[in-house]
Amino acid sequence: MTAVLEVSGLKTHFFTHAGVVKAVDGVDFTVNKGEVMGLVGESGSGKSITGFSILGLIDQPGRIVEGAIRFIGEDIAKAPEDKLKSIRGNRISMIFQDPMMTLNPVLRIDTQMMEAILAHEPVPRKEAWERCRDALGLVGIPSPEERLRAYPHQLSGGMRQRVSIATAFLNKPDLIIADEPTTALDVTIQAQIIFEAQKLTRQTGTAMIWITHDLAVVAGLADRISVMYAGRIVEQGLTDDVIDRPLHPYTVGLLGSVPTANNRGERLFQIEGMTPNMLALPEGCAFSPRCGSASGACRTPPPIEHVADRELRCYHPRSQAAAQ
Amino acid sequence: MTVFVIRRLMQAFLVVFLMSVIVFFGVNIVGDPIYMLVSPDADQADIEAAIRRLGLDRPIWEQYFLFLKGAVQGNLGDSFVFGQPALKLILHHMPATLELAFSALFLAIVFGIPLGLFSGLYPDNPVSKGIMAGSILGFSLPTFWVGLMLILLFAVELGWLPSTGRGDTASVFGIQTSLATWDGIRHIFLPALNLSLLKISLAIRLTRAGVREAMGQDYVKYARAKGVSTKRIIFVHVMKNIMIPVVTVMGLEFGSLIGFSVVTETIFAWPGMGKLLIDAILQLDRPVVVAYLMIMVLFFVLINLMVDILYSILDPRVRLQDQGA
Ligand SMILES: Nc1ncnc2c1ncn2[C@@H]1O[C@H](COP(=O)(O)OP(=O)(O)OP(=O)(O)O)[C@@H](O)[C@H]1O
Ligand code: SF4
Ligand SMILES: [Mg+2]
Repeated sequence: MTAVLEVSGLKTHFFTHAGVVKAVDGVDFTVNKGEVMGLVGESGSGKSITGFSILGLIDQPGRIVEGAIRFIGEDIAKAPEDKLKSIRGNRISMIFQDPMMTLNPVLRIDTQMMEAILAHEPVPRKEAWERCRDALGLVGIPSPEERLRAYPHQLSGGMRQRVSIATAFLNKPDLIIADEPTTALDVTIQAQIIFEAQKLTRQTGTAMIWITHDLAVVAGLADRISVMYAGRIVEQGLTDDVIDRPLHPYTVGLLGSVPTANNRGERLFQIEGMTPNMLALPEGCAFSPRCGSASGACRTPPPIEHVADRELRCYHPRSQAAAQ
Repeated sequence: MTVFVIRRLMQAFLVVFLMSVIVFFGVNIVGDPIYMLVSPDADQADIEAAIRRLGLDRPIWEQYFLFLKGAVQGNLGDSFVFGQPALKLILHHMPATLELAFSALFLAIVFGIPLGLFSGLYPDNPVSKGIMAGSILGFSLPTFWVGLMLILLFAVELGWLPSTGRGDTASVFGIQTSLATWDGIRHIFLPALNLSLLKISLAIRLTRAGVREAMGQDYVKYARAKGVSTKRIIFVHVMKNIMIPVVTVMGLEFGSLIGFSVVTETIFAWPGMGKLLIDAILQLDRPVVVAYLMIMVLFFVLINLMVDILYSILDPRVRLQDQGA
């Protein structure tokens, strides 16, 4: 399998007045051609910042301090703005979380879709318009000609997110970063959107990073899952392995908080404690204050270990703990 | 839209009527004009004859009724001082004031928006800090003082520009304007600049605040994520959004430009409505004061209406019939 994206040792820090926020602090992962990787974690764990780092969209006071982002073999972590601009929306596109906020309220849909094409290719406007119309048709939008003439406020949330997805696929990118694209939508619409996105990745062979805080969403969608906590990936493996046999105590906690057919009606398990304060992370394992298995060893940061089918950052993975 | 405009015009009619009551009775409280109008050595009979001639012997409500009767027919009474219809006097002075106000608005837009855009895009740049400091001065220095300083600097010290009066005018589409002659432009420059300083500052602040807010919005980040050029993001995505508040506020401020021109016209001896008003107040020329205020009310109502229509054109989310009465 060929790797589309190889991120290694990525660190993106924000230098704020209150201190350095290590939003992404040593992240490694690889996304292969046509593969969907689920990037899962609580709010504030650094998922979006990871996505924006890949696109070179980190603003002051933040910056990528270390690491490589190899996109089709070429490191773009320190690429000049021109180079990044030619990649953004063209080779790597992004879908944002809130469809209500991401479309410009005073520009028509056709303007906003066509500019994604025209920014990269000098095609006639008519041709660009036709491509937009066809793309809207592909994501299941009825009467796309009419929708193209509409303003964002005239479309529903689900419709707007379909527009974003259609826009993301316009230039047949190698990679799409979808940052919680269904979180703001209700469950049935969510399922439809995921279905459309999955269908399109299959058809086009586009690789995808699907960011979410909801393991249930990626369970049926992703080939592999990376679980992120406080700026680091703590567990990574094939979706079925991670879901069926979570090893990291944090993943176990996340899975316990997902409503399923089996635990319906029961009280959902919640991970104890607060999400970490990124300005004052505990020494060693960042999860230790909330972890039931923590020991003295956890006071030094756990390294990445390759355990069977998994990559893991934990001294006491669950299956071992259970065996004791 | 038509329904909206009709409803607004009916509201406007009501506002103008109420204002006429307030203005008419208000003006009658301040001072007795008769002693300004008759010569100091006139005897009692002369004074009484003058009072009768001006209709001031009738009860105030009857005077108002007569005024209203005339107003419906487009007659706002005759000036005590000039003996001419007040409306005619005002209309005669109106073009001078309007061209002054439009010139000031023009300066506010061509200076204010680019300066505000720059300081919004580069808030930490020393030039931006200079622009902001300048706008604070523009807000806080009194108009008459700035006017005097402008005269002192450009007219007295440097001698570049004339300091008083309106220059030559020429006719454009049947309107006499000083903007059509070089002499006229030289004359209007200082008063227009004086009148616009406050509005330039306002435009800077509005544009800057709008740009800073818009640049942090998701739609800007999303446009960047699509690979759209910075130029297009600023001039299409951001500008289209901030034009909505900027146009709305600047449009509404146009009425206050006409109002504020009273001060500027007095300093620069600009022969507009403002100067006419000040003279009328000093001579207690009631009909002219009343007519001026009525016309100003009408102006404000019309400006509001036009801004509302413009707003609905600029912002696709606004539809006029949605707004309640
Ligand atoms: N501009 C910034 N300045 C300072 N800190 C920031 C900035 N942007 C993000 N951060 C910090 O970086 C951390 C990671 O943020 P990020 O947006 O990646 O979280 P996330 O995992 O996407 O969460 P969510 O599910 O809420 O979207 C957060 O703790 C946040 O406070
Ligand atoms: S390293 Fe220690 S504290 Fe961290 S998750 Fe594993 S057991 Fe818990
Ligand atoms: Mg996020």
